[in-house]
Amino acid sequence: MSGSDTTRTILLHGALLAGLAALDFVLPDYHHGVLARVMVLSVFAMGYNIAFGYTGLLSLGHAMFFAAGLYGAALPIYHLGWSVWPSLGAGLLAGLVLAVIVACLALRTLGVAFMIVTLMFSQVFYLTTLYFTTYTRGEEGLVLQQGMRTLALPGGHISLANADVRFWAAWTLFSLTLVITLFLVRSRFGRALVAIRENEERMRMLGYDVFASKLAAMAVSGTISAAAGAAYAVLFGYAGSGFASIQYSILPLLWVLLGGAATVLGPFVGTLIMFYLIDTASSYTTPHMLVVGVALILLILYFPKGIVGTIRAKWLRWLP
Amino acid sequence: MTALLDVRNLTRSFGGIKAVDSVNFTLQQGEIRALIGPNGAGKTTFVSLICGRVPVEQGTILFNGKDITRLPAHKRVRAGIAYTFQITSIFANLTVRENVELAGMREGHDGSAALAVLKQVGLDHLAEQKAGDLAYGHQRLVEIAMGLGLHPRLLILDEPTQGLSEEEVAAFIALIREIARNTTVLLIEHNMHVVMELAQRITVMQQGRILAEGTPEEIRNDADVQRAYLGA
Repeated sequence: MSGSDTTRTILLHGALLAGLAALDFVLPDYHHGVLARVMVLSVFAMGYNIAFGYTGLLSLGHAMFFAAGLYGAALPIYHLGWSVWPSLGAGLLAGLVLAVIVACLALRTLGVAFMIVTLMFSQVFYLTTLYFTTYTRGEEGLVLQQGMRTLALPGGHISLANADVRFWAAWTLFSLTLVITLFLVRSRFGRALVAIRENEERMRMLGYDVFASKLAAMAVSGTISAAAGAAYAVLFGYAGSGFASIQYSILPLLWVLLGGAATVLGPFVGTLIMFYLIDTASSYTTPHMLVVGVALILLILYFPKGIVGTIRAKWLRWLP
Repeated sequence: MTALLDVRNLTRSFGGIKAVDSVNFTLQQGEIRALIGPNGAGKTTFVSLICGRVPVEQGTILFNGKDITRLPAHKRVRAGIAYTFQITSIFANLTVRENVELAGMREGHDGSAALAVLKQVGLDHLAEQKAGDLAYGHQRLVEIAMGLGLHPRLLILDEPTQGLSEEEVAAFIALIREIARNTTVLLIEHNMHVVMELAQRITVMQQGRILAEGTPEEIRNDADVQRAYLGA
């Protein structure tokens, strides 16, 4: 990538982050809340994109990593009275450990078998959250009261239940993840992941430890997904088994496909559009998922590379 | 001279068929060796066992004095064995330079190392072209450049001249001579002209076994080889 491409990349992503920050001041309450939620969920999508988009690992079990972060943060807050910072750390750690263990086993398989194995592990995780209903309260979920969600900062304590604070916390996490992803995909490691996706055997015969690279990709992907889950728990004060269900494994796949797999901005664009698509459809009709299904079929037929992927293929070749 | 590669009693079967059957084989440092034989003789399986693409069933492989029999493929590559694919296996969406950079990137080589390799194979003027857009002969050269980008001690070429024009073959012969100055070359080849021009020694395989081994002159005059392979 040339120097001018680097400048354009920095300008574009900087402008997006600045634009999102500015929206805090102008958006009406409802959309302000939606955007905070979309930013957190697109962190999940960005994590998924590392595995699926860049490394070509089609996982159907990422809900378990999101939920590992969610419960990893919520359980210690709810049951042990932990404060927010160590709970966030526990959420990240839970996601990392789970991702490494699952990847060690699942990466022994390829393609469809990998999809099935990740799906099975995720279902086990989901059923486990239901089995321990005493602690997790199952589908009903844990509600973290306002008092449990105060964040200690150098200047004093702030409540994450406040809409503005929540927005800025979501924005900070989103920005951080965007920068990490940008850095990652342009690094040697990221380029090796893409090459492994394209031709695994070739990379092995160039001396790359393909298994170790995929394992590292899954670890990063799982940890970012868990960061989204942990943030969701403390920002929106709720952790339920629903987030560990198959639906939350399919959603990041759809978000990434819609926005554009293996693009840095695709996960955000996909999450945003899908959120409003479901939101709008459900205000007109009860079977709103039908509308989503039709939208996806049209997308696959006419924009198989997703929105940002199509823009990159047609006009902006330099997009990371 | 010390043996760079020393293979003892190597065996591999698929189902009931012994694709490689108790093969003993040594390769001296600095040699250009050709491996020939009819289709299905076990040549590709044999080199796949050496570079680790196919697991060894029986026997040992010593490379540079070390036992590499159980090493995974990527570690053998790091030890200095490079393999170029029979069916061109390059990254069509990347530029020629990026393809070769992937070979050196793991060891921290930068773009200038890749350009030096491209110059060596005569592709430097196409460095920024998309590899998938190149003519077939040039794609074969990218494949070889990726092997060279690993700076191997042993370069294994699996039917490198297949599908090349006469002029391209002539250029290829000159290139291999140049490469062989500091790299040992093991070549699977069907084109007898290339074999006779390049190889210092030739190994002939048939039905998973080594039928004959010797200088081009000896192989040409070997009655068994003539019967089995040259069809004379």
